[in-house]
Amino acid sequence: MTALQTGSSQRVTGKRLLRREDPELLTGEARFVDDLYQQDALYMALLRSPLAHAKIISIDVSEARKMPGVHEVLSGRDLREEFSAPMPCAWPVTEDMKNPPHYPIASDVVHYVGDAVAVVIASDKVAAVDALAAIDVKYEALPVVTELEEALLDRNLVHPSLGTNSCFVWKLEPDRAGVDQAFASAAHVVTNRYVQQRLIPSALEPRGVLAVPHPYGAEYTLFSSTQIPHILKLMLSTTLGISEAKLRVVAPSVGGGFGSKLNVYAEEVLALALARKLSKPVRWTEERSEGALTTIHGRGQVQEVELAADSNGRITAVRVNILADMGAYLQLLTPGVPLLGAFLYHGQYDVPAYSFTCTGLFTNKTPTDAYRGAGRPEATFAIERSIDSLARKIGIDPAEIRRRNFIPVDKFPYSSVPGLIFDSGNYEPALQAALEKVGYAQLRMEQEKRRTQGSRKHLGIGISSYVEMCGLAPSKVLGSLRYSAGGWESATVRILPTSKVQVTTGTAPHGQGHETSWSMIVADRLGVSLEDVEVLHSDTAVAPFGMDTYGSRSVAVGGSAVYLATEKVLDKARLIAAHKLEVSPEDLEYSDGMFKVKGSAEKSFALSSVALEAFTAHDLPDGIEPNLEASVTWDPPNFTFPFGTHIAVVEVDEETGDTRLVRYVSVDDVGNQINPMIVEGQLEGGIAQGVAQALYEEAAYDEQGNLLDTTFIEYMLPSAVELPSFELASTVTPSPTNPLGVKGVGEAGCIASPPAVINAIVDALSPFGIEHIDMPASPQKVWSAIESSRGDGK
Amino acid sequence: MFPASFDYAKANSVADAVSILTSVDDAKLLAGGHSLLPLMKLRLATPSMLVDIGSLSELSYIEDKGDYVAIGALTRHHDIQNSRLLKSEVPILPYVASQVGDPQVRHRGTIGGSISHGDGASDLPAAALALDARLVLVGPTGERVIPATEFFVGFLETVMSPDELLTEVRVSKFSGGWSFQKFNRRAQDWAIVGVAAVNDGNTRVSLVNMGPTPLRASAVEEALMGGASIEAASKKASEGLDPPEDLNASSRYRRHLAEVLTRRALTEALG
Repeated sequence: MTALQTGSSQRVTGKRLLRREDPELLTGEARFVDDLYQQDALYMALLRSPLAHAKIISIDVSEARKMPGVHEVLSGRDLREEFSAPMPCAWPVTEDMKNPPHYPIASDVVHYVGDAVAVVIASDKVAAVDALAAIDVKYEALPVVTELEEALLDRNLVHPSLGTNSCFVWKLEPDRAGVDQAFASAAHVVTNRYVQQRLIPSALEPRGVLAVPHPYGAEYTLFSSTQIPHILKLMLSTTLGISEAKLRVVAPSVGGGFGSKLNVYAEEVLALALARKLSKPVRWTEERSEGALTTIHGRGQVQEVELAADSNGRITAVRVNILADMGAYLQLLTPGVPLLGAFLYHGQYDVPAYSFTCTGLFTNKTPTDAYRGAGRPEATFAIERSIDSLARKIGIDPAEIRRRNFIPVDKFPYSSVPGLIFDSGNYEPALQAALEKVGYAQLRMEQEKRRTQGSRKHLGIGISSYVEMCGLAPSKVLGSLRYSAGGWESATVRILPTSKVQVTTGTAPHGQGHETSWSMIVADRLGVSLEDVEVLHSDTAVAPFGMDTYGSRSVAVGGSAVYLATEKVLDKARLIAAHKLEVSPEDLEYSDGMFKVKGSAEKSFALSSVALEAFTAHDLPDGIEPNLEASVTWDPPNFTFPFGTHIAVVEVDEETGDTRLVRYVSVDDVGNQINPMIVEGQLEGGIAQGVAQALYEEAAYDEQGNLLDTTFIEYMLPSAVELPSFELASTVTPSPTNPLGVKGVGEAGCIASPPAVINAIVDALSPFGIEHIDMPASPQKVWSAIESSRGDGK
Repeated sequence: MFPASFDYAKANSVADAVSILTSVDDAKLLAGGHSLLPLMKLRLATPSMLVDIGSLSELSYIEDKGDYVAIGALTRHHDIQNSRLLKSEVPILPYVASQVGDPQVRHRGTIGGSISHGDGASDLPAAALALDARLVLVGPTGERVIPATEFFVGFLETVMSPDELLTEVRVSKFSGGWSFQKFNRRAQDWAIVGVAAVNDGNTRVSLVNMGPTPLRASAVEEALMGGASIEAASKKASEGLDPPEDLNASSRYRRHLAEVLTRRALTEALG
């Protein structure tokens, strides 16, 4: 399909509409967890281990108990009986995957700096924090494992009971012999090692939780700053043995997540456990430095990537071997993150032989998990850096080598060797558009001019042509990957007696603007005004079934469910209208809120009248239930495959290593766009986040496992000042996988941008013979590379 | 993050502030709070009392005193950045002020606070050094005027005694060249290395974040006086210094940056 189906002549989809969510967010009216008033709430504070690996010898809480305002101080041992099951990991990627025991609070051994060892409950926040200092913990330090290559050696063990640091080995080797053969007969082989540094997600709103018990009903409501109220409810029910029927989870306004709130956290489990134990509301809001230590980190991989190519630069095989950092424990999806990239290491290229191996390893560091892009930025970086490396080796322009390798447009739907079916794609036009927009030929001339003039400010141009898989996901495929849940999404559309429309969705927006986009989809299909559509979400009592928001899935899966539920409700309305008009339903056409008899302009029946008829139920056709309401649970038949080409232009000062992004062009194909302004917002943020990985951010640890950048003074989140205005454009190749022709855009920006930036830096530094710079390409790293290239050791 | 508990007193005058400082152990002055409060929130500073001088409007001024400009200690960076008098008579100072932190910091932070905090990584103390500023201190026994070159003595340590208050910064007018080179990764950050140069017949060079205190690059100044070229003098930028190491820069990289930035600063100031 090429365009969204509409029942309105005043189409709103495709328009740049302001988001309806924004006024309350921008004026401070929106309520986040920490803003919620709760009478008699107690405040929780956690004492955290200062050591990365240690035995807890003793915990003395007697002094802390005496502090003013303190209600209770408990150690891990005191709380052991509260938990019915360990912290959940929903993605056991292999049958023999090792999952060490992991509880919300350590009782015997701590495994990373930040692991909780004791909890204070006090009548106010400050009293709780002050009392932490009065708890006396004696530790016996144990050997610490921080680096992946060191972890692999198993000399020191993070979890001695497992006998190894290896969590799993996961292989995707459809034709191993074919790969070996391709390498043996290759005209060119490039082998590269890349490091995906750890990143701290840094959502604007820190995590927070408020657990409210209703002691007489034995019921609980948990408010959490989460992306996954539905999954969280299910998991809390398991970990704490609370009946699912007695638990309600609400995510109020949530200030961003980037995957970091796609998790079940110790504090959520603890707050609810303590609320149950004390029969009092318990609340906790993360401090920023605490979050740096205890909210999951992203990335954390060492990649070895090999490409084999023929003499024309056609890639004949990709062989990838990665080490993935799990951190100290498995969180909800930790082991599965590399799998989300495992199928994409050939990128946009038609590669006949493919092999991927991932070894998951434990380290004494904060657990990792899904962070914007989850597995796909890593894969994209590997192939897009490698293809540049190949181009340089053979002496082909980076744009040209990409053209030679693109999956041709007539091969779509394309069955990839790793086993996916790319539903649609057309890569060459996006590359061409990006090259033209950036003025590629001219930039190359400018670059050459600077070089011949001996300028110390070098220009670099970096291309990244990416494809990703999102719209998670066909439940069957998730099952085959041993993921513990499905990938469907649910929606309900109700037309109320006054013909206002109420939509409930199982998605859980935390900045994505679903209220705006979903109402646009519904308003268009029904031909009603946008203001007449309300969208309810993120409360398990309002929308009981949902798979929540992550993996750029919401519009492709949740938006499609909303669309299909609208169709379904319209089908019912058509039966009622036909009954009232005494015609057959097939004789009716629908537009702008009216059912009209085909070929008879006067005979019509308004949707608003149908709504009232359905409500009063005085005269409904036989077998038709009262009310206009329909629910759909949509399980997509495939992933979606957004793609595009991004081009970064950097300037590098060879004297200082100062590296600045001066231009950034992107051409993205995310299929049909419901609201292009939201699409652009997602791309802008995503690109900035990817540029941040390339140039600025890194969760840096010392050898003892101490995180060194726990404040925004040290942790280099860039601001708008450091970034140029991005120059965005798009092509539109609708996805045939869903009825909206959409693909998802939440992660595309940060999947594409890191290799574009690093390719640009390496391109700028090519006169020095520099082949690679690890991320983040800080000025010191760039300067050191230039200095070593000169070999003068200055 | 919460600071440890502390007492609070609001000073009604300079004399009032001094008298509180004299009578309370471990009291600290609170002006803009942009250095002190973050340290308190991280519990790296735990003063017993904060003496708030934020409302002493008599300490916020920029006045023409003939051959020098007097700047009240509570003058905000933003006001220095936009002062016409300073822009025409001491132009390096408004420029340096414009490079401090972000707009919020510049609207709250004060020149007196920045200088008396004595942070080797801050921009304004280095500017004060390059300008040979004089600092007016008021204590229980009266007033004294200290040259900036004698003011900074150690890591976050100055010659001020705990019961003294910096009230005024005096900077001489000059009509020569100047330069301030600030190298950082993000606009809002402290300098990884910074270099200020002022040329009013004599050339003075000072360094940001090259040691425990704001520093004068004496070796560079002496080399220039001895007739060395800019290139040669710049090579002495880190002579005798032991620059700090952090996530952004090794000691060695800082030395290198100091040389490059000094050369650039001198080229601009002497050009």
